[in-house]
Amino acid sequence: METLVSTQPVSDFAPWNNPGEVPLVHFDGVTKKFGDFTAIENLSLNIYEREFFALLGPSGCGKTTMMRMLAGFEHPTKGNILLGQGNLQEAPPHKRPVNMMFQSYALFPHMNVEQNIGFGLKQDKTPKAEIKRRVEEMLSLVQLEPFAKRKPHQLSGGQKQRVALARSLAKKPKLLLLDEPLGALDRKLREQTQFELMNIQEQLGLTFVIVTHDQEEAMTVASRIAVMDHGKIVQVATPAEIYEYPNSRYSADFLGDVNIIEGRTDISTGETASLYWSDEEAPLTVSTSLRLPAQTTAWLAVRPEKLRISKDKPPTSDNCIQGKVWDIGYTGNISTYHVKVSNGSILKAQVSNQERLADRPITWEDTVFVHWDKGAGVFLET
Amino acid sequence: MTRFNWFNATTLTLGFAFLYLPIILLMIYSFNESRLVTVWAGFSTKWYQSVFSNESFMNAAWVTLRVGFISASLATVLGTMAALVLNRAGSFKGKTLFTGMIYATMVMPEVITGLSLLLLFVSLDFTRGFWTVTLAHITFSMCYATVVISARLVTFERSMEEAALDLGCTRFSAFMQITLPIIFPAILAAWLLAFTLSLDDLVIASFASGPGATTLPMKIYSQVRIGVSPEINALSSILIAVVAFGVVTASLITKQAHAKRMKEEQQAHSST
Repeated sequence: METLVSTQPVSDFAPWNNPGEVPLVHFDGVTKKFGDFTAIENLSLNIYEREFFALLGPSGCGKTTMMRMLAGFEHPTKGNILLGQGNLQEAPPHKRPVNMMFQSYALFPHMNVEQNIGFGLKQDKTPKAEIKRRVEEMLSLVQLEPFAKRKPHQLSGGQKQRVALARSLAKKPKLLLLDEPLGALDRKLREQTQFELMNIQEQLGLTFVIVTHDQEEAMTVASRIAVMDHGKIVQVATPAEIYEYPNSRYSADFLGDVNIIEGRTDISTGETASLYWSDEEAPLTVSTSLRLPAQTTAWLAVRPEKLRISKDKPPTSDNCIQGKVWDIGYTGNISTYHVKVSNGSILKAQVSNQERLADRPITWEDTVFVHWDKGAGVFLET
Repeated sequence: MTRFNWFNATTLTLGFAFLYLPIILLMIYSFNESRLVTVWAGFSTKWYQSVFSNESFMNAAWVTLRVGFISASLATVLGTMAALVLNRAGSFKGKTLFTGMIYATMVMPEVITGLSLLLLFVSLDFTRGFWTVTLAHITFSMCYATVVISARLVTFERSMEEAALDLGCTRFSAFMQITLPIIFPAILAAWLLAFTLSLDDLVIASFASGPGATTLPMKIYSQVRIGVSPEINALSSILIAVVAFGVVTASLITKQAHAKRMKEEQQAHSST
């Protein structure tokens, strides 16, 4: 698992931390029901100008419904959606300063690339010369100048994706919605396109909202991520914050790989807490400001790459558990050791393979010590 | 490829003979010199000349073409609307009933459709003639048009319409600029089907027609009852030739367009 941290300058772009900043999009207590099924439940959320905002969650979590409400294809059952200062509620799709790039691209098969890109401008009765200029600008932005006269069926998957992007950008929308934009591309092309998307977003200074179920994609492109589950937002934060400080087992598990250890609390001082996870072993210590009553069930989440593994007991360590190597997952750059501990559960520890295969000292069935600092994990109450 | 063998050759010959022998015989006898249909007396094209100089045949042909054109056009418009509603309206109460009622006229015996239309025209005191035949043809060919267009709409990607709305179209202009051009081949096919059905129809036209509105099938049928003349053979051969030409041309054009598209798609994917 790569731990990609946003490449955007983290320090100087954080409008969400500024209480005076007016959000571009404001979901105010939005509920959406389809018959008896609640797709979105009393959801509030702010998205700021120039953000690349990701809605991340498994299928059926309501992320697509949120996007379709922004585009105007669905309307909230309760609550309001504000765009800038205006209420979006009443505006039909064709009157919103919002454009969408569809998952299936939805290119018009009977029009060539140029006509597809110029379609939105033509609807607004833009003068011909201006349409021509904008289309050329868009073609050069997505590097498709030689394909202007082609029909969609004469393009490859990656080219279609870029036409769809150019078409949705041609009207300079205040907000661009991207519905699983890279889902149909193969892995190599997807990675390359992620960076292209980020460059285009920065270059044009637009606000993008992307819907995806691919956590790596969300972490790569987004300034902030909203992790969603069953119509609710579980956590909204920067990729690095969600990865390092998840607020729940759900967020921890959805972004990246994680060890979750269940136990009972003993003392929480406001600085550290103890977690009894096994009757025979010493409690685990974790830094936290959470104060929980004694004997409450709680969890410790710690990323596999933060665990260290050794054959000898480390002289000093906040947490140390003895176990046996159960399995080794080798993915070239990284080896993941699955260590079975005394209560039967498995802990995963990742080691970056700086040495060659033959020199690795730890192998199957070895007795090892897994250890980590009290600051390496996160203490969770849900 | 299956090798040639006697069994296959025999089956093939018998099968095609079964299908086409009557038609071939009819065409051969249309070139017969003799007035007697079953006795060959040498080659001649005089019956073709006589068809074209027979005013009542020409009148009937003209009526048939007009009825076919008007009824096919209106049936296609109504069929498109019905297909759109059935595909788009989601599920409403009684949808199954409505769908069933549209398709029911397909399986209704023609005699009953014809008779019921006759009763309707009589009770409304319509003068039977050109317009009643046209109305009757719209009624029975509309369901065929609906079926053809529905089949296309099932695979139509709705997100293309949504994209048009998103880019600034109203619902109506999205339909005109996007949906209609994309489903146009199906609409054309529906029109051709409705037109052919109208050309073919004898039973319903006989019930719905009145004086001065005799269609070609009605004319042929009434002539045959007096006695088969070589003129009828000639007329039928002309009809067959026209239909065969249409079908062969249409299939050649479709085949070429498909081959071209496949080639272009392949090129697009190999040049990523």
